Order: sequence, then structure tokens, then C-alpha cells
Amino acid sequence: MTVLIFTVAVWAISLIAGFLGSLTGLGGGVVVVPALTLMLGVDIKYAIGASLVSVIATSSGAAAAYVREGFSNVRIGMFLEVATTIGAIAGAWLAAFTSTHVIAIIFGLVLIQSAWQSLFGAHHAGPPTQSDALGARLRLGGDYPDKGKLCHYGVRNVPAGFSLMFGAGVLSGLLGIGSGAVKVIAMDRAMRIPFKVSTTTSNFMIGVTAAASAGVYLSRGYIDPRVAMPVMLGVLAGAFLGSRVLVHAPVRTLRLVFGIVVFAMAVEMILNGLAGKV
Amino acid sequence: MDDRRLEITMGNLLRIGVLVAAGLVTIGALIYLAQHFNDHTSFRSFTEESADLRTVGGIVKLAARMDSRGLIQLGLLLLIATPVARVVFAVVGFALERDKLYVLVSCIVLAVLIVSLLHAT
Repeated sequence: MTVLIFTVAVWAISLIAGFLGSLTGLGGGVVVVPALTLMLGVDIKYAIGASLVSVIATSSGAAAAYVREGFSNVRIGMFLEVATTIGAIAGAWLAAFTSTHVIAIIFGLVLIQSAWQSLFGAHHAGPPTQSDALGARLRLGGDYPDKGKLCHYGVRNVPAGFSLMFGAGVLSGLLGIGSGAVKVIAMDRAMRIPFKVSTTTSNFMIGVTAAASAGVYLSRGYIDPRVAMPVMLGVLAGAFLGSRVLVHAPVRTLRLVFGIVVFAMAVEMILNGLAGKV
Repeated sequence: MDDRRLEITMGNLLRIGVLVAAGLVTIGALIYLAQHFNDHTSFRSFTEESADLRTVGGIVKLAARMDSRGLIQLGLLLLIATPVARVVFAVVGFALERDKLYVLVSCIVLAVLIVSLLHAT
């Protein structure tokens, strides 16, 4: 394959991944890695290195929009980042000692979980208004705008959320993804944080978590400029387009299609991993 | 400056950082494609790239020579720096609010990030 064809192909795949990732809230990384490894035969180490970079791009690029909405909670994000960043370094360190077959299989399982959550994930209706003892001591509660007025919310089960976040960090460092799906579970399900606050705070955390493994990835040569360049530019352009059409898009249908595509890729990743082809 | 204005300023700074990074990557990409568009390439098996592309010092040196891969990598470094800047900004923000607990929490996160980035020097 010539450089020009390879670059354009990777860019186009990343554009679609970024577009669908931003519409469905799954992020571009979870699609870029299987697409590059399965469709173009790229070694999974280059794919996760490039994906990690694109995760940082979408997180930082979208920050201004999220802040303006007034949902994200910097205290919750910063406190949980202690867990995700340490987890990310551990995950990036593990990646060097884990065979690519095993990485492919774990990746497939995470994809299935993300697809499941995208398709069937239901969230709590009423968040608690009072924090529990630890949540209150850490002053994690906050307000979010709902129908023009501010609603107060409390935060619970901090130790459970913190542990899950460590796991999200390990997955992020091991697989080069934002692992936003696990982050949202930790905040929404375990800590009972309102859904909107969970998703926007998760976006804030994804970039910082990814930056923690980026140093390790860079020093190991996982971030190859020839692969990361079209991925970063493609995902960024796709995410931008996605944020523009979000208002008019048939999100429900897209979620369904995307969930099925992700599920199919997950199965193929696992089969290839088991057969030793990835 | 209150909490929200601080965050909005930060969000805008991050967006500028991402745009500058994307600009650098694009310039590097154009030079790279102009020089190598017809070369054959394959990323099927992982091979260690040159040491210069794996360290901050090496990347800056290559980029200064207008080397295409060095320029792309410099853009990616700038991108990796944007979340770090976000944490630094949080430290300052919490310090202005005299919130000692969260100054400490943000400093721990910053320390972890610095330890990771020291890998690449």
C-alpha cells in the first residue's frame, strides 16, 4: 500500500469513527482501534497509540462546549483522576508485558460492554439530594441546571466509585481508549451522580487520564507520527461534524446501528485474538 | 474571577491548544505526504521507531529542522500537554479559592502526570 492511500484510508475511517463516536457518546477510540487492526492490518500497538492521541484531542477540544453547559463538576473530576491516572500508568506498563492476542480479546470484551451500554443502558431517575458522610467531607456535591433552575445533588459510595475509576484507568492505559463507558458507570451507577453531570465530567477526565499513559506510550514508540497523524486529524474533524449535526440527527437509530457495528467488530476482535491473528 | 469564568477561559485556551496542535500536525502531514506519497508502507508488525521520535528533546530537535515526522510529533506533544495545562489551571483555581484540600488533590494528579511524562525525556 502506498503512503498516500494508507493515510487517506486511515483518515476516512477516523473521520467516520469520530463522527459516530461524538453522536453516540461512545468516543472515537473504541472504533478506531478495531477498524485499523481488522481492516488495514495495522499492529495493535500503533493503533492504540494513535487512538490515545485522538482521545486527548476530542476531550480537550470539547471542553469549552461542556463548561458552557454548566454540568461538569471539577471537584468530582479531579478527585477521581487520582485513581484514573495511577490506573492509566499501571495499564500502560502492563501493555508492554501483555501479548497482543490478549489485548485484542480484552478489547473485544470492553467493546461488547460499551455496545451493550449504548443500546440498553438505563440510568437512575432521581439522584440523591444528600451526600453520604465521605461525599460530604470531600465536598463533592454540586448543582446542575434543569429546566432553567439549579438543582442540588449529593454524591455517595465514594470508595466504590474510586475503585471502579482505577479500573477505568487501567483499561484506558492498556487499550488506548478513553473508557468513558466505565467512567460513566462508576459515576452514574455507583456514586449516583446525575447522568448529565457524569457524562460531561467523564469527558473532562478522559483527556487527563489519557495524558497519564501518553508519556509511557511515547517513550515505547507506540505513538508513530505516520499513523497518529491521520487518526488525530480524522477523529477531530469527525467529532466537530458530529457536534454540529447532533441537534438534527436521529440519535436513536444511529445508536442502534453503531451498537450493532461495534458488537460485530468486538466479536471479530475476540475471534482474531483467539486465533492469534491480531 | 469566579469559578465559571475561570473554567470558560480554560475551555477556550484548551481549544486554541488543540487547534495549534492540529495545525502543526497538518503542516507536518503535508511535508510528509509531499516527500513520501508514493512510498510503500506497512504497519503490520511493530518495530521500534528511531529514538529521536520517542523523546521530547529528540522531537524538538527534528521539528526545528522542519523534519515532517518531527513536526507531527511536536503537534502531538502539544496536544498531550493540553490536559496537563488543565490540571495546572485547576491547582491555581483552587488556590485562589483557598481550597487547601483540592489544591492537594490536584497536585497529586499533576505529580502523577509529571512522573509519566518523565518517561519520555
